[in-house]
Amino acid sequence: MRMNLIPRARNAAGSVIVADKVDVPAGLWSRCDKCGHMVYEKEVEEALHVCPECGHHRRVDARTRIEQLVDPGSFEEFAMGLRSTDPLKFKDRIPYKERLQREQAKTGECEAVVVGKAFIRGRAVILTVMNPAFIMASMGAVVGEKVTRAIERAAEENLPLVIVSASGGARMQEGMVSLVQMAKTSAALARLGEAGGLYIVVATDPTTAGVAASFASLGDVILAEPNAMIGFAGPRVIANTINAELPEGFQRSEFMLEHGFVDRIVPRSDLRREIARIIDYCGK
Amino acid sequence: MSSEPVIATGSATSTGSVGFLEFEKPLVRIQHDIEEMEREQREGRDDLTTEIKQQRSRLRSTTRRLYRNLTPWEAVLVARHPDRPLSTDYLKLIFQDFCELHGDRAFGDDKAVMTGFARIGGHRVLFVGHNKGKDVTERIACNFGCAHPEGYRKALLKMRLAEKYGLPIVSLIDTQGAYPGIGAEERGIAQAIAVNLMEMSKLRTPIVCVVIGEGGSGGALGIAVGDRVAMFQHAFYSVISPEGCAAILWKTADQRKHAAEALKLTAPDLRKLDLIDEIIPEPLGGAHRDPERAAASLEKYIVGSLNELKRRTIDTLLRKRYDHIRHLGAFFDDPSEAKPGKASAKAPAVRRAASRSIRLASRVPRAEEVPA
Repeated sequence: MRMNLIPRARNAAGSVIVADKVDVPAGLWSRCDKCGHMVYEKEVEEALHVCPECGHHRRVDARTRIEQLVDPGSFEEFAMGLRSTDPLKFKDRIPYKERLQREQAKTGECEAVVVGKAFIRGRAVILTVMNPAFIMASMGAVVGEKVTRAIERAAEENLPLVIVSASGGARMQEGMVSLVQMAKTSAALARLGEAGGLYIVVATDPTTAGVAASFASLGDVILAEPNAMIGFAGPRVIANTINAELPEGFQRSEFMLEHGFVDRIVPRSDLRREIARIIDYCGK
Repeated sequence: MSSEPVIATGSATSTGSVGFLEFEKPLVRIQHDIEEMEREQREGRDDLTTEIKQQRSRLRSTTRRLYRNLTPWEAVLVARHPDRPLSTDYLKLIFQDFCELHGDRAFGDDKAVMTGFARIGGHRVLFVGHNKGKDVTERIACNFGCAHPEGYRKALLKMRLAEKYGLPIVSLIDTQGAYPGIGAEERGIAQAIAVNLMEMSKLRTPIVCVVIGEGGSGGALGIAVGDRVAMFQHAFYSVISPEGCAAILWKTADQRKHAAEALKLTAPDLRKLDLIDEIIPEPLGGAHRDPERAAASLEKYIVGSLNELKRRTIDTLLRKRYDHIRHLGAFFDDPSEAKPGKASAKAPAVRRAASRSIRLASRVPRAEEVPA
């Protein structure tokens, strides 16, 4: 449920890179957030935005992710253009409407998720990709609706559903409207399950709170990128509650795998192959 | 936990020995006067019957005035009042023959969520409810009503039992939220809540949920999916606590009053947004001033809902439940619906947005061409 504007840089190709900190002028070279090495942007981009030095998986925006995952030119978007009507007329330091406009201008997207039909290594799928560049892909009415439509489309067309999750959680500025999206998406998944639909989750950094506690935890198969933050409560909230230090690697993909909540950790470069393999095993 | 001081009054009186909240200051004075006069009367110094009567009436009208215009933050304080009746109180007041069923058959028994068979208004039901605990020992034992994964899994296990034997489910929600701790994360609190949301949407038995006090985010929702979701008049239900929201959006917890307002977390606001079905009235001055009357009000709602829901066939029940959940919080503009003849936006979700292809330039090499 953190919704700070995220400092970001654009790489040479113009796609938005979401990073915790950017202290080098955006351009040809940048500093890896994880290992601190200077890395050549073009090389990082060719490695699907994974640091060639340390393997750190950078957050990527939805369009970049789609390009990385799908067969070239195969993505057909649907449910485009949905926009929040700001049901609470929410205003904190700035009005929510204004915040949305800023995010829209910054990202060129209407909202924090992109859904469509695509092919991954020749297998048709319904693909849902959350966009951490847009208010940390928090889930409000639009995200809930688009995810639900993707689930319904997967059931109707009997296609595997792949959701690339990334989210700070429910969108506070939509209050309870956002909380009920958890119930809505989960109920739609119940129907997909009854229809025998295959649902693959790819949990990426960060998959937390309301999204972790709904559709992102309900995959038939749950894959996770290395070292992605996956959890329910924010680490600071937990540390304050228990008044103690959190263990090393807490709430990371590897931690979740160890505790039985992730099926496989898959590096970004293997995602296409792994998704296709699972689809084939499930006979979809 | 209440962060606002509660002003203690003197001895127990006929109006109840309730603590006063900060905003109830005008009531403290009147209450104090009444107590004084009653003492004098008992000691036989004067006949103050008329004066006492007058003051009582003043107390009522002042309470009415204060409670008619509760701010959202004040509603939060009332919902968290230390004397507010808990699910265990309602169990005693309106349910009979409670037969508690413990444990999730996997890890343990989470006392923050109570489950068991019970009877209410001639119905055999499965009771599910957060338990905050009445005194310090109990509160610690049940973690102040903040459940761990095993609490949600226990609830689901017992709800499946109810489904198997055709018992409707009554769920009373009262929690700050799921427990934020290491163990909760290790045992998959997010997954436990998610599974409940999915399963409760298709349990083949009627489910009636009532937020009786605090509806704290996912920890509340995890046992609050059903055919009916109601709230007590002064309960609140929110995606995040006002303190948490203020800390994140205003960068200071001092803004909690503003956050409480902005979040639209009161029963009337949520009814307006069509996110809850009904508001259950509370006695004047809140449920804690007259738990019996609050309980009677709750019983009427639960029994009425069960009578109505039990008349439906299970298939109709499930279809209506799904349709309701499917269209919750549909506050968005859909350009594909703006076309002439498709103006109605009441249930935009059922209609499919028109597909349009977007061809992306292939700038990034395909994964299999990149060395691992």
